[in-house]
Amino acid sequence: MRNHSRNHSVKTRCKGVMAHTVLLVFAATALFPLFLVLLNSFKSNAGVTGSPFSLPKSLSLSNFTTAWQYGAFGTGFLNSVLLTGTTVVVVLVCSSLAGYVLAGQKIRMWPAVMVYLTMAMTVPIQLFIFPLYAGVAALGLLDNVFAVGVILAAINMPFATFLMRTFFLNVPKELEEAALVDGANVIQLIHRVLLPVVRPGLITVGVIVGLSAWNDFLISSTFLHDPSDQTVTLGFLSMNGTFSTQLGVMMAGALVLILPVLGVFIALQRYVVDGMAGGAVKG
Amino acid sequence: MTATATPAPHPTGRTPAPDHRARRAYQRRRSLVNHLLVAPALLLSVLVVVVPGVLTAMAAFTDWTGIGFHADYVGLRNFTDILADPVFTTALGNNIKWLALFLSLPAVISLLTAWLLLRRRRTRTFYQVVYLMPYVLAPVVNAMVWLNIIYNPNGGVIGALHIDSPLSSLHGAIYAAAAVDMWHFWGFLTVVYFGALRQTPVEQVEAAIVDGAGSWQVFRHVYLPSIRPTLLLMGVMTVIFSFLAFDYVYLLTQGGPAHSSEVMGTYAYAFAFSAFEFGKASAVGLIMSFFGLIASCVYTWMSRRQLSS
Repeated sequence: MRNHSRNHSVKTRCKGVMAHTVLLVFAATALFPLFLVLLNSFKSNAGVTGSPFSLPKSLSLSNFTTAWQYGAFGTGFLNSVLLTGTTVVVVLVCSSLAGYVLAGQKIRMWPAVMVYLTMAMTVPIQLFIFPLYAGVAALGLLDNVFAVGVILAAINMPFATFLMRTFFLNVPKELEEAALVDGANVIQLIHRVLLPVVRPGLITVGVIVGLSAWNDFLISSTFLHDPSDQTVTLGFLSMNGTFSTQLGVMMAGALVLILPVLGVFIALQRYVVDGMAGGAVKG
Repeated sequence: MTATATPAPHPTGRTPAPDHRARRAYQRRRSLVNHLLVAPALLLSVLVVVVPGVLTAMAAFTDWTGIGFHADYVGLRNFTDILADPVFTTALGNNIKWLALFLSLPAVISLLTAWLLLRRRRTRTFYQVVYLMPYVLAPVVNAMVWLNIIYNPNGGVIGALHIDSPLSSLHGAIYAAAAVDMWHFWGFLTVVYFGALRQTPVEQVEAAIVDGAGSWQVFRHVYLPSIRPTLLLMGVMTVIFSFLAFDYVYLLTQGGPAHSSEVMGTYAYAFAFSAFEFGKASAVGLIMSFFGLIASCVYTWMSRRQLSS
């Protein structure tokens, strides 16, 4: 916009203010419940029921220690890390190998594999969870965070493979050919030539799949019943009945779960945003 | 197999000259390696998704209890029972309400915000991160926050404003659950649509402005047609996920009060893990998948051009 006239510039600025107002209103909508969590996590139950909008009178941490203890957050965080780690490692290894082959169209049935993955991406969990449960129970793998990690990896695999494929499409053909001419085998090729180029892709897939495993509810609540094997979100959920009359403790528990996730997200936001925008746009 | 994009020549295509034999052996080895590289991803998906999926299709016609693997064939009884159940009708209706809500409200909000972000060069990252915050949090956490501090008549926002909790209303519960899910979801759409809007060719936008088009006309006639594939894709995804809605309903209302907010996902889950009627649960799962399958076929068909590119 060039400032042809004073009138025009005023109009542009006016529009800018309006745009910012709308954007800020929606930002406030997104943040308002999280702000209430922060505000009320330091308050006693009487303080919360008095008014959820009032400021806390002191910054006591007793709500946090209570939540940590009764939500079994210590074991919960450990189990969540093990489960998410399993999912991320399995997904990254399998999806990058498959994505590499699909991007280079290196097998004749690659279109069939692509159609299969597209279909698999949209299969509802309710179509396979009931026999899967019976099978996992028969194998004695209920209450096993690693087994659940592998199941979540399988569910995330089609999406991850598609995303990895789009990243491998960006690898210049000449780079790969040069390595092959130099006599590199597949492992060397992947390790020395391809991985450095697709590292952003691995981070993107790792973060998005990691968040989805960390946040999972349906699969982990179905397969993990023993409190000592539950993830941190399930431990927090189990507080709901007992602590419904201690809202300050519930909010402190929520804050303990929110902060690490938001921390990781903000640190890696570029990869998350690029993955979401790119994955959907490029298919 | 070399690094060029051409597919491997057909092994039986022509009689090989002797000096080509070594090359063919090399290519066969490469081809084997390439198949082995795809295998783990495919095997895992087949074991966890396809095999149990086929078993579900079979179990839907049995009286399987989920305990052990014994089951008797009962024909279409599970389906006739479910279709005669008024709760199933409520659940299906709620899934359709869910779909209508998700196709309208989040779509409008996210298109509006994504469009406004186009002009905000310095603050667009900030807004996108803030909008995505509810999206990256666990449904359990989001649901518990809304349940305890917003929808709670004793201590929540609803209580402070002296409003009855919509979660305990026969008509409002499904909308109250959908509201939380939409609050969690719309930021994702904003990021997707913003990413798509940014790919609109600058020349087209400038040409329209030179022609004297207003902001709305530029949006309507340049940006919107340009992001049509993304809009369609997200529309299809919304259809699929609306028939699979589970987390927020289960966590906020458990399908209550009096089954008024039941969706097919919670309905199937209760059959399996409360009543131990895995046969009926499988039948509901199969019906849900049917809707998903239609949308999934449409989606696969729509993305066929990208798949073959």
